[in-house]
Amino acid sequence: MAVQHLRLTPRNYDGQHVVDWRIDVDRDCRLVQSEDAFGNMLHRFSVDGPLESISTVVEGEVTTFDTAGVASGAVERFPPIVYMRETPLTAPSAGISEFARKTASKESGALGKLHALLGALHESFTFDADVTHAATTAAECFEHRMGVCQDFAHLFIACAREIGAPARYVSGYFLRADAEDQVAGHAWAEAYVEDLGWVGFDPAHGVSPHENHVRVAVALDYLGAAPIRGARSGGAEETMDVKVRVAQMPVFSQSQSQSQ
Amino acid sequence: MDSRLTQFDELAGADGRIRAPYRKLSRWLAETPPELLASRREQAELLFRRIGITFAVYGAQEATERLIPFDILPRILARSEWTTLEKGLIQRVAALNAFLADIYGAGEILKAGVVPADLVYRNPAYCPEMAGRRVPYDIFVHIAGVDIVRTDDQGFFVLEDNARTPSGVSYMLENREVMMRLFPELFALHRVAPIENYPDELLATLRSVAPPSVNSDPTIVLMTPGQYNSAFYEHSFLADKLGVELVEGRDLFVRDDVVYMRTTEGPRRVDVIYRRIDDDFLDPLCFRPDSALGVAGLMGAYHAGNVTLANAVGAGAADDKAMYTYMPDIIKFYLGEAPLLQNVPTFRCREDEALAYVLDHLEELVVKEVNGSGGYGMLVGPHASKAQIEEFRAKLKAHPQNFIAQPTLALSTCPIALASGVAPRHVDLRPFVLQGANGARVVPGGLTRVAMTEKSLVVNSSQGGGTKDTWVIDDAWVDEEAMGQA
Repeated sequence: MAVQHLRLTPRNYDGQHVVDWRIDVDRDCRLVQSEDAFGNMLHRFSVDGPLESISTVVEGEVTTFDTAGVASGAVERFPPIVYMRETPLTAPSAGISEFARKTASKESGALGKLHALLGALHESFTFDADVTHAATTAAECFEHRMGVCQDFAHLFIACAREIGAPARYVSGYFLRADAEDQVAGHAWAEAYVEDLGWVGFDPAHGVSPHENHVRVAVALDYLGAAPIRGARSGGAEETMDVKVRVAQMPVFSQSQSQSQ
Repeated sequence: MDSRLTQFDELAGADGRIRAPYRKLSRWLAETPPELLASRREQAELLFRRIGITFAVYGAQEATERLIPFDILPRILARSEWTTLEKGLIQRVAALNAFLADIYGAGEILKAGVVPADLVYRNPAYCPEMAGRRVPYDIFVHIAGVDIVRTDDQGFFVLEDNARTPSGVSYMLENREVMMRLFPELFALHRVAPIENYPDELLATLRSVAPPSVNSDPTIVLMTPGQYNSAFYEHSFLADKLGVELVEGRDLFVRDDVVYMRTTEGPRRVDVIYRRIDDDFLDPLCFRPDSALGVAGLMGAYHAGNVTLANAVGAGAADDKAMYTYMPDIIKFYLGEAPLLQNVPTFRCREDEALAYVLDHLEELVVKEVNGSGGYGMLVGPHASKAQIEEFRAKLKAHPQNFIAQPTLALSTCPIALASGVAPRHVDLRPFVLQGANGARVVPGGLTRVAMTEKSLVVNSSQGGGTKDTWVIDDAWVDEEAMGQA
């Protein structure tokens, strides 16, 4: 028997409009939709065994707009202070604290400091999918100086909180210029700036998210926003295959579609 | 402050006159030859070892866990003293519940600025997954173990509110059982209020909070992290006394938001889970993904209202040591009443002025980590070395918000029976408060913990503390005399 939690459904905010979205599971089950603690769309289902595989297909169309990185109009269930909570994945090491403070001290103003962090992280860290895994902490990534978008997001969150800015993890999709087919979704961070609200920072690309980003779920860290969390009883081995396709719709408007 | 500096002995009193509740015990002690006491101590040891053996089958760890020192002399409270304490405890737990329902609901106390929002929202025990969720009858804390100390015969101080999975009640029950076998003559001399009904009261409490949709007899289980947990002995003991199944996470499963227990006759729906497992381990889909102790999907069933967890998830947000300092305000805010039990005066090191004072007076104070428990991460200034004090000074300066400080209380003492004779030792008391939809109740007594080492103030069993039976006596003459004395 298996239970799965899916955070694969984007919601509207000022930077995106969900035109169409659906989830298909190739098993007999009741897909229950609810809202999780952070206001993300959560779908849950349980399937009785024996099972050899479960295949979940998620497809949809989202129209996106460039908001200069500001994530206004989203579902907010907590005051920003909640996003100062430390989690095991985002706990700052002594090295991170020092890096954050030193980097931030070069700029004045909260937004400037956060952009300084974004730039410094993008510059000093290298993308490498073989060094880290889903449970790698910000502190470990900081030591390696390598990782994937998830690690950089954790690192940015740890740094931002360290300089007093509430920060959170964002999982989503990214329209690449070079390839439609991808092996994973994307991840970045948002930090809260007084008088401006939540602002996105994508340390993997060194920019604020724009119309190529589709925002799906937010949380204190990856665990709370993970696209799929599942558990099963029995069975010996388990593998997960993920295929993501993000493509521009063949129309003149600025919209894009993706499936997973 | 003066009363706190003078040692108060619960037997001898402040003026050296034997206090009324202890009059008969004191006379009995004077007439009893030391050899008899020595042999009763041996018998007690044997009885505990025999009971211990019954449980040692679960593993060597449990056998060592069982050998918590036991003292054979009862700690005695007059009914009038107990009544005061009982009212105060019930008030306290009512306030804890109102506070939790509020911080996971409308947040009125935060809007009113009575408790700082960041203290709640940044508290590791605050559970975002509970925000906006109702629990049956708005009860979060069904079982509380409130730690109480006294410094004179006037009143009681609350040292700590344990609102998560407080343990120790099995010792309370067993201590009484052993005492009744050892000292029938002492029970004949006193009208000791019974505590044996605790399992019945607990069961009634758990039944009362079953999801309202359950119309017939609810199925209740006790969920343990397993035999390697230090309190496993208590879990199996209680399940047995309650007459409910003792289960681990792997014995349960969730299908379409309903919790089932695997049984030989097929799946059986579960309505109430008395869980003795921490929030973090409850559901790997919601909390720690590496938890093999929990049940995948449990939180979904909980949010759907198909199962009640006791205590509720996130209840720990009310019992942390920083929140403790706000309890008098919390009681006033929700109940509009003055607190019946006092708080120990506490310095919040997160506040600059308090921190400065604490750093200047480390030699006199007890410093505690806000999220520490079991006597770890604690500095007892008067008994600490220079090096320990300096270590804490550095910690305090680096992370002041993680600490509170309290004056070193002269905890009351009670007589204990040692090989060398009867001597006073410091004690505290953990009564167990039950809160159900059917009301609140406290069985008269609790677990008295005693610092076995002379002058020591640390009573935690993890730090070598022992236990004693606690008697509330219903003899009218005691209350009359106690009133006269006060």
